[in-house]
Amino acid sequence: MSKSKGWPLWEVFIRSKQGLNHKHVGSLRASDATMAIKNARDVYTRRAEGISIWVVPSNNITASDPNNEDSLFEPSQSKVYRHPTFYDVPDGISHM
Amino acid sequence: MMDVDIQDLEKKFQDKIDQDIKIEPNDWMPDAYRKTLIRQISQHAHSEVVGMLPEGNWITRAPNLRRKAVLLAKVQDEAGHGLYLYSAAETLGADREQTIDDLHSGKAKYSSIFNYPTLSWADMGAIGWLVDGAAIMNQVPLCRCSYGPYARAMIRVCKEESFHQRQGFEIMTKLASGTAEQKEMAQDALNRFWWPALMMFGPIDSDSSHTEQSMRWKIKRHTNDELRQMFVDVTVPQAESIGLTVPDQDIKWNKSKEGYDYGPIDWDEFWQVVGGNGPCNKERVDARRKAKEDGKWVVEAAMAFADKRNAKKTA
Ligand SMILES: [Fe+2]
Ligand SMILES: [Fe+2]
Repeated sequence: MSKSKGWPLWEVFIRSKQGLNHKHVGSLRASDATMAIKNARDVYTRRAEGISIWVVPSNNITASDPNNEDSLFEPSQSKVYRHPTFYDVPDGISHM
Repeated sequence: MMDVDIQDLEKKFQDKIDQDIKIEPNDWMPDAYRKTLIRQISQHAHSEVVGMLPEGNWITRAPNLRRKAVLLAKVQDEAGHGLYLYSAAETLGADREQTIDDLHSGKAKYSSIFNYPTLSWADMGAIGWLVDGAAIMNQVPLCRCSYGPYARAMIRVCKEESFHQRQGFEIMTKLASGTAEQKEMAQDALNRFWWPALMMFGPIDSDSSHTEQSMRWKIKRHTNDELRQMFVDVTVPQAESIGLTVPDQDIKWNKSKEGYDYGPIDWDEFWQVVGGNGPCNKERVDARRKAKEDGKWVVEAAMAFADKRNAKKTA
């Protein structure tokens, strides 16, 4: 980590209320995890947007390559039989 | 890459934009799109940060505790807006410290409105009402801009901005219904901020060089003159309703265009201020530069502490 560039980048995830997933809300710079949490509290939860915060160093995130979008996600589009609407249910059948 | 490939990529890119599919950081994009966005977003970020200075000037002199708490909260929001925007610029590969240094060297611009002084408490009202009001006019359409991280930042910003405008209008309303002297203060603030607020939307359309391309890329959704007209149309009746007068004798309702006609804007003044010769340009940039210089040891000390702790952990 080069010092001239200042503090490292962190991605911030917030759980807005009990029962929901943490969701990515943005990023910020901080020297360490403790400061990242404090800063995230100050910038991303000023209006009761959250009850729990995760911070992750941005360079620890591995992302799928958008150029592989087709090979990664296209196969699932052709498999319509994975959805219940694919099947014929005879008239008069209920609870299914 | 071969020319054909580039043309193909550019076509796919524009198709996505035409279909309102957002562009995300790792997607292919033309260099010019990236560059234009970095310039636009970092200018926007600088405006949020420099914009804290004229209002910061009055925090310690707010007339009561309620007003002080409100102004503090508003200025703190602006710091947050700066952060969301610098983060969005970073997703395009911009170096945050470099963009800030460009502001300090005068290479990068920020909104010309913040180069005007805040002479009285009423200016806090005029700024919230007019300056934040104009900013909202500009920012609401950007919530639908084509670049995902910018659009998401704008959604957060717009949610927070609405209280900024209301608190400013509340200050103006109170002063305008107060003593003769207070009303005079409010009118004076309106007189000084009205024209600079209209200039915030930028040069008239025929002088605005990038508009067409930016509209095609959907990083600008209305022209400068359209936004300015929308602002005039909503603001003139607001002024009237609290008994203040917009300082323009040419203001007149125009039935055929369903909007107000307004007088000529002094574009010489605008270009002077943009060029660095406004009343407070030097003061504003000096303050930002000093803040970075004075805070440098904190940045370094925090990093040294973190490095030392990490070294211990791995040892
Ligand atoms: Fe703002
Ligand atoms: Fe604001």
